[in-house]
Amino acid sequence: MSRYNFAYLDEQTKRMIRRAILKAVAIPGYQVPFGSREMPLSYGWGTGGVQVTASVIGPDDVLKVIDQGADDTTNAVSIRRFFERTAGVRTTTRTTQATLIQSRHRIPETPLAPGQILVLQVPIPEPLRWLEPREAETRKMHALEEYGAMHVRLYEDITRHGKVAQTYEYPVIVDGRYLMRPSPIPKWDNPKLDRNPALLLFGAGREKRIYAVPPHTSVRSLDFEDHPFEVERWDRPCALCGASDSYLDEIVVDDKGGRMFVCSDTDFCAQQQGRREDGEP
Amino acid sequence: MYVAVKGGERAIEAAHRLLAEERRGDSRVPELSLAQIDQQLSLAVDRVMAEGSLYDRDLAALAIKQARGDLGEAIFLLRAYRTTLPRFGVSLPIDTGRMQVRRRISATFKDLPGGQILGSTFDYTHRLLDFELAGGAVATRPSPIELEAADPAACAPPRVLDLLDREGLIESDPAGDHRATVVDLTREPVTFPAPRAARLQNLARGDEGFLLAMGYATQRGYGRNHPFAGEIRLGEVSVELIPEELGFPIEIGTIAVAECQMVNQFRGSDSAPAQFTRGYGLVFGENEKKAMAMALVDRALRSRELGETPAAPTQDEEFVLSHSDNVEASGFVQHLKLPHYVDFQSELVLVRDLRAAAGASPRP
Repeated sequence: MSRYNFAYLDEQTKRMIRRAILKAVAIPGYQVPFGSREMPLSYGWGTGGVQVTASVIGPDDVLKVIDQGADDTTNAVSIRRFFERTAGVRTTTRTTQATLIQSRHRIPETPLAPGQILVLQVPIPEPLRWLEPREAETRKMHALEEYGAMHVRLYEDITRHGKVAQTYEYPVIVDGRYLMRPSPIPKWDNPKLDRNPALLLFGAGREKRIYAVPPHTSVRSLDFEDHPFEVERWDRPCALCGASDSYLDEIVVDDKGGRMFVCSDTDFCAQQQGRREDGEP
Repeated sequence: MYVAVKGGERAIEAAHRLLAEERRGDSRVPELSLAQIDQQLSLAVDRVMAEGSLYDRDLAALAIKQARGDLGEAIFLLRAYRTTLPRFGVSLPIDTGRMQVRRRISATFKDLPGGQILGSTFDYTHRLLDFELAGGAVATRPSPIELEAADPAACAPPRVLDLLDREGLIESDPAGDHRATVVDLTREPVTFPAPRAARLQNLARGDEGFLLAMGYATQRGYGRNHPFAGEIRLGEVSVELIPEELGFPIEIGTIAVAECQMVNQFRGSDSAPAQFTRGYGLVFGENEKKAMAMALVDRALRSRELGETPAAPTQDEEFVLSHSDNVEASGFVQHLKLPHYVDFQSELVLVRDLRAAAGASPRP
């Protein structure tokens, strides 16, 4: 791989992306357009996240890559290998040992620490996109802080279903100003966005946008006084580790309706299991 | 019991090995050479160069071989290589008026200076399978064509639309300024409204099938613009660059391009006499079908600047430009193959809650 620069991207490109990241950090929740490059990875498979990671990673970083919360899903394996090959960095599956975590669709259950960076892959960055397909229009709506349409949308859910029917990519207001789509994380993860001590970066390659939630920034999930924001609930704990405070995946175990619920965060689950074996409560 | 997706690493390795095996196919069949692909599948090479935005026949042939003939995949390979190349300059605009033409036709005039040159074309072939081609080893070489001694004008004939322009019958092309900064969509994201240069760049590397469908839709009334194929020409043009240290243009090579200039619906008013308008298409290689479709779509996207009220998707630049790219589109469509069980679980929880609240009981 010696014909490619450290972490694949050339230094000029990294500098351009870092400038976009700095701007994103300076204006929390604002989508910064950037000159997204064609990556040797399909669009929609994490090209934005990979470019952000490639621009901030250094030789001393320890990288963790997850997809759906798991370290061993095929696309997580593929992206982790990409950085092993192009940057030669150390990798880990332990959330606490990573300095840099790239993720698709989840924020780890283990609380992040100051100094850590979480990079989220984003398919559609624009929170208003399903309400207004035109970019020229939605940029104007952001500029004017014209977010009434989103409240109306949530209200319509309540009149129709009795509750807000948005389950993932639940819209949030960042730092009291910008409406943001928190990538398609389940709303279970939304509370973790608020005042998180880590730096949260969002990269959308195909749509050519980067945005950020700097450490300790307020992130509020939209709701109403009489219909407060709430997260998913399960009526049983994880079948493997017994945790009742983690997001669960549903596994179909037979064709007779048998189901099993296990932690989506594989590292968290393994840590809990280890703790149980050690006799901790 | 819980095996779900463990072993992703080994699965990927095995998938890569299988892919390599299937690419090669039966080893008793001779392996394809890049020269064979370049020479005998030359239109595939042209398409990959055009949508890959990289004029290099050898690399395009390699990409086609590596992609097992999937041209979209080959285009992707070429793009991912192109993005790593340094940019050392911007060429002067190519002059298609000085093209060494291999084919040149006009549908607006029966005869014209330089004449109609049919060149090689599928147009008047009967689409009957030629079973002799299947014969393999004994396939005979076609006898060489005796070309008439070419009239000098026929080598680089004047452009048809220039003839109309001289009479003021068609809107003039804005004079280009080669010192102006050139839009580069691969470096800067497109912003809307997009200038025509950015639109044309997007269309030139856009998916052929998408442009064909969009162009076709304009013909069927979705953004109709009354086109006439003023001129279609294929051939070689030289590419010139002014190196900073020299200060004068030098030729750095020749490329084959297909150009289509459409003569479209005229407009006029009390103050301005009637004039035809233009739609333009230019593509690497011999792909005149795409050049024609591009010209139709270019004209449709000019609706706003020409004072028409955009009403069809073909006239909506955000709709067209945001969805024309083959690599972006196939990536995003296919990303649905990636696991989405976290999001789906979230939806399942909600739908079960809503059903329980409505008093629905789970099926026994």
